[in-house]
Amino acid sequence: MENARIRVLIAKPGLDGHDRGAKVIARALRDAGMEVIYTGLRQTPEQIVDTAIQEDVNVIGLSILSGAHMYLFPRIMDLLKEKEATDIMVIAGGIIPAEDIEELKKMGIKEVFTPGTETKEIAEFIKANAKIC
Amino acid sequence: MDYQEKKRIEEAKKQWESDSLNKVLSQFPERKQVFVTGSNKEVNRLYDPLDLEEFDYLNDLGFPGDYPYTRGVQPTMYRGKLWTMRQYAGFGDAEESNKRYKYLLKNGQTGLSIAFDLPTQIGYDSDHPMAHGEVGKVGVAIDTLEDMEILFDGIPLDQVSTSMTINAPAAILLAMYIAVAEKQGISPQKLNGTIQNDILKEYIARGTYIFPPAPSMRLITDIFEYCSLELPKWNSISISGYHIREAGATAIQEIAFTLANGIAYVEAATKKGLEVDSFAPRLSFFFNAHNDLFEEIAKFRVARRLWAKIMKERFAAKNPKSMMLRFHTQTAGCTLTAQQPDNNIVRVTIQALSAVLGGTQSLHTNSMDEALSLPSQKAVRIALRTQQIIAYESGVAETVDPLAGSYYLEKLTKEIEQGVTDYINQIDQLGGAPKAIEKGFIQKEIQNSAYQYQKDIEDKKRIIVGINKFQIEEEPVKDLLKVNPEIEKRQVEKLRGVKKKRNEEKVKEKLRMLQEVACTEQNIMPAILNCVRNYATLGEICDQLRAVFGEYKESIKI
Repeated sequence: MENARIRVLIAKPGLDGHDRGAKVIARALRDAGMEVIYTGLRQTPEQIVDTAIQEDVNVIGLSILSGAHMYLFPRIMDLLKEKEATDIMVIAGGIIPAEDIEELKKMGIKEVFTPGTETKEIAEFIKANAKIC
Repeated sequence: MDYQEKKRIEEAKKQWESDSLNKVLSQFPERKQVFVTGSNKEVNRLYDPLDLEEFDYLNDLGFPGDYPYTRGVQPTMYRGKLWTMRQYAGFGDAEESNKRYKYLLKNGQTGLSIAFDLPTQIGYDSDHPMAHGEVGKVGVAIDTLEDMEILFDGIPLDQVSTSMTINAPAAILLAMYIAVAEKQGISPQKLNGTIQNDILKEYIARGTYIFPPAPSMRLITDIFEYCSLELPKWNSISISGYHIREAGATAIQEIAFTLANGIAYVEAATKKGLEVDSFAPRLSFFFNAHNDLFEEIAKFRVARRLWAKIMKERFAAKNPKSMMLRFHTQTAGCTLTAQQPDNNIVRVTIQALSAVLGGTQSLHTNSMDEALSLPSQKAVRIALRTQQIIAYESGVAETVDPLAGSYYLEKLTKEIEQGVTDYINQIDQLGGAPKAIEKGFIQKEIQNSAYQYQKDIEDKKRIIVGINKFQIEEEPVKDLLKVNPEIEKRQVEKLRGVKKKRNEEKVKEKLRMLQEVACTEQNIMPAILNCVRNYATLGEICDQLRAVFGEYKESIKI
């Protein structure tokens, strides 16, 4: 498809209520020409993966600031494998220590954006790396 | 200002503009076309007596401790007693947090501030499926009264003031606190502290809601009533602008939406039949201290002045204490940078200074490493020392409201007051804060400001040191505090242990009675107290209430 727009799911896993970043990113990506779906708060890994598949997204952006990422993110990656949806690129953002980032990347998370990242940089990263079919 | 004087100043100003100013401007243009505050309000080159032509000292300011309390709520302010230095803390389980509280008290902290983990804040026990991975992460995990007993072990509750950041299940944690005091032989009358108990801002900005608005408001008014009868020194709510600001609101929006929420709580309570002066003296507030020093100081003064007027004029309060806006301040977490984190110490200092110059009653200073993880012990100590240096070395605490009369500050105070008043009128027209939230109005306004702020940073209209200017290559910071992953297991085992020990029959009976009371209009506090005394869990109590009240689902518009 020539004019396929990139579809992105911005998701808030876990109980964390900090959604300023998620909402700002959602809007910035929309302004950058993407189709953006925002899940709202308190999503389980199962809900996120189901929504991603149902909505046929190319990218999942996970936002978390509660410190529960090392529990929730691997769960999401496993579920994507189980459901044979590994063509969906997963990126993440939030308060995530450097040593965890290495491990998350090993699990298949394509990039982790930490506080201070420009939204433009994230949009460019998605455009360069998302698989659109 | 009399006519003659005004004329003289106007002429002198014209002279200055044509001679000195224009000469300089023609050779050295200013750095920017437009100068703005941290909240994008335009700032003039200069403020002078002409800006304060309408200024009326007695009506606008008055004296500290007198209506409308612009200059402060006590006549002597920090000359009498310094603000309470209160660092928000808690992580892991009750044992670990108890150690951190004792450490802080030993280092000169004067009040406790309890951070609960997310499952506790949302009413899930540590063994609930939704709690996995979250137990003990952003605060301490509390499942039963036993955890609270451990949390305050060796801390006599009549000798500290304790603030608890708990909202949807506030009634349950307050009941547990009362029950711990009972066990320590301390009467509730002597308890000193605060529960946040502010559900409206949870829907707007913070996200730890459980029940829909109507039953949530009922829980809050029940707490107001119970506290007015049983806990006369307890602050029954902390109406919070902090998180509204963190979500991206401007200074004006922070004060406007907080006061609008305050109005909604007072309306709900008076509608229930409570006498305004019976509960209003125990309402307290919580604000954010952001980067723009003068704007923040002005904002705090506006909040006091407007609340006094609202309580007197709208709600016909008679007791001066009902009109006094007392507040806690926390420096702005959203301004902390992960880049060059040492710089955060300086940011926090400026922000803390604004809170003190704005007349705060208590203060939390953020730790330099909080954009990276939970704060380390060393970072927490520096944050506390920052307050102590302001208190004991800077000299700003030696006189009351030292910036009053500043042309700029007083003009800014007036302008912010106008902006806040306009918003409150708009919210009134929408039918009050709960309706404005339901319609998404407040959330949308905040989202727009947050997006604008981010764009300004990316367009370099707003400079953040280390983010979009003066960057350096950095090594990742090491030695960050990590919550022990064994905590969750330990906590779940502890919970199982309590369930084995307790009298199951009694727990069931008290839970059933709670559900009955929840269906009536009776005050719910005594029934909750009976549940916690018998070691019913937080999750069990919330489940009873969920069954009667239902659960809130947010509707989001991006």
